[in-house]
Amino acid sequence: MELANVRSLTITGGRNKYGRAEDQTLTCRAGDITCIVGPTGSGKSRFLADIESLAQGDTVTGRRVLINGSPVDPSVVRATGQKLVAQLSQQMNFIVDLSAEEFLMLHAESRISPDPDGIVRAILAAANDLSGEKFTGNVSVTQLSGGQSRALMIADTALLSPSPIVLIDEIENAGVDRRRALELLVQKEKITFIATHDPVLALMGSRRLWFRDGGIAGIIVPDENERESAAYVREIDEQWARWRETIRTGGLLHAGPDPDLHHTD
Amino acid sequence: MRLITVAGPPSSGKTAVILHLVQAAQAEGVRAGVAKFDCISSDDGEIYRRAQIPVCTGLSGGLCPDHFFVANIEDCVAWGKREGFDLLVTESAGLCCRCSPHLRGITAVCVIDVLSGINTPKKIGPMLRLADIVVVTKGDIVSQAEREVFAFRVSRANPRAGIVMVNGLTGQGITNLMRYFREIPDMKSFEGSELRFAMPAALCSYCLGETRVGTTYQIGNVRHMEFPRKEGEEP
Ligand SMILES: Nc1ncnc2c1ncn2[C@@H]1O[C@H](COP(=O)(O)OP(=O)(O)OP(=O)(O)O)[C@@H](O)[C@H]1O
Ligand SMILES: Nc1nc2c(ncn2[C@@H]2O[C@H](COP(=O)(O)OP(=O)(O)O)[C@@H](O)[C@H]2O)c(=O)[nH]1
Ligand SMILES: [Mg+2]
Ligand SMILES: [Mg+2]
Repeated sequence: MELANVRSLTITGGRNKYGRAEDQTLTCRAGDITCIVGPTGSGKSRFLADIESLAQGDTVTGRRVLINGSPVDPSVVRATGQKLVAQLSQQMNFIVDLSAEEFLMLHAESRISPDPDGIVRAILAAANDLSGEKFTGNVSVTQLSGGQSRALMIADTALLSPSPIVLIDEIENAGVDRRRALELLVQKEKITFIATHDPVLALMGSRRLWFRDGGIAGIIVPDENERESAAYVREIDEQWARWRETIRTGGLLHAGPDPDLHHTD
Repeated sequence: MRLITVAGPPSSGKTAVILHLVQAAQAEGVRAGVAKFDCISSDDGEIYRRAQIPVCTGLSGGLCPDHFFVANIEDCVAWGKREGFDLLVTESAGLCCRCSPHLRGITAVCVIDVLSGINTPKKIGPMLRLADIVVVTKGDIVSQAEREVFAFRVSRANPRAGIVMVNGLTGQGITNLMRYFREIPDMKSFEGSELRFAMPAALCSYCLGETRVGTTYQIGNVRHMEFPRKEGEEP
């Protein structure tokens, strides 16, 4: 199976923590963003792990993962399993002692990229587009700020990683333009899953899986009303960003319900 | 009984991986035990016991740990058979990167962590180059790109091996490792079994307990380093 030919992923339900059947089947296609919500311990990470290992009824949940609508041959599961899924989480850091450019070149070489220079330039440009603070290719990856390294990881995953599936466990970092980051993944036709407690991110998906007791308790599709609400939540989020910026740039914040105080610019 | 040899640098996550692996195997009804090899001391025996996994520990003390391993592996297997195990896992630290405890015909696993750096796969030697499965741990704290570069370098050092990413803390990835292990055949006997890689050609005065420094005291298999020379300088 070629990784590039992965057009859809289907997950058939297993059982929840109490052994009750999880009566859900879900198909996600290239370019889809699916959000995963639910309380602590409700099984969100377990669900992502099932996708990562291409569960074939052989994990604790009994779920099965189909690719392009068909079961995956066991030998393929073993050989391709690792490369199918790229993961990004808040606790991941760069540890290699190289500049951003040197490291990206190394990654491009390992991918046997036909145009390593071009792809490295494209990743740096995309990362700068996502990051609040700009950086050049000469800076060591271990010196990047939290926001910059998150931005570089997302750009690199979108543009250079071969994996058609991207799993994101909480990227709440204020230094990254999350909307643009998701747009980039969609544009590169990744099948994306995001586990999050952040309403802004949760509302960016085309669907939400709601977890409870280790199983999918509901698949929530935004209605017209929620789409409008999402726009409102985004406005508030942008307002937050402006307040943050005011404080970051040494300003005094005059904001509040009193209309006289509403002049941040 | 099936036998698996697990080796890897200190603190690479061998114990963490074996714990998850044995628990996954136990959940499938497999009776499993661990034989732990170390040099000076080891706390792993206690860790396995606490997880209710039967364990025996061998400390090589003043002997070369890998020589100690081959000299004792048969007795370990006999112990495992007496205990009625279906699966025996050996854990040993690869300390000098020159040796490897892997045996022909016995599934060999090397555990290595991504934090050890991208040049490590080519430095590790036969323990990694001759393994059947390379388990890569600690991927949870580095970037996707570093995981990919690391896995690529492992596959360059050992193109035959299956590479499995495992998170030693959560056990994520064990599902994949179990898919390899379910296919391991039963070992028949040790008759005619062989190391995959010869142990170092040692036997110098220091092997025999010499402690004094200086050429006068060096007998046997001794080799001296070469140093860069200025032009025209006599060796
Ligand atoms: N269907 C299931 N059957 C059995 N065990 C399950 C099932 N789903 C989840 N679990 C187990 O429940 C525990 C908690 O699940 P998990 O770590 O996935 O929660 P989470 O939603 O990611 O929580 P958090 O928000 O705290 O990260 C794990 O040990 C997981 O393996
Ligand atoms: N973050 C992280 N830590 C790990 C992982 N695997 C093992 N560790 C930790 O690394 C340390 C050494 O692990 P251990 O299994 O004792 O290594 P051993 O000496 O090779 O047996 C322990 O503190 C483990 O908890 C992993 O995948 N991720
Ligand atoms: Mg979680
Ligand atoms: Mg150990």
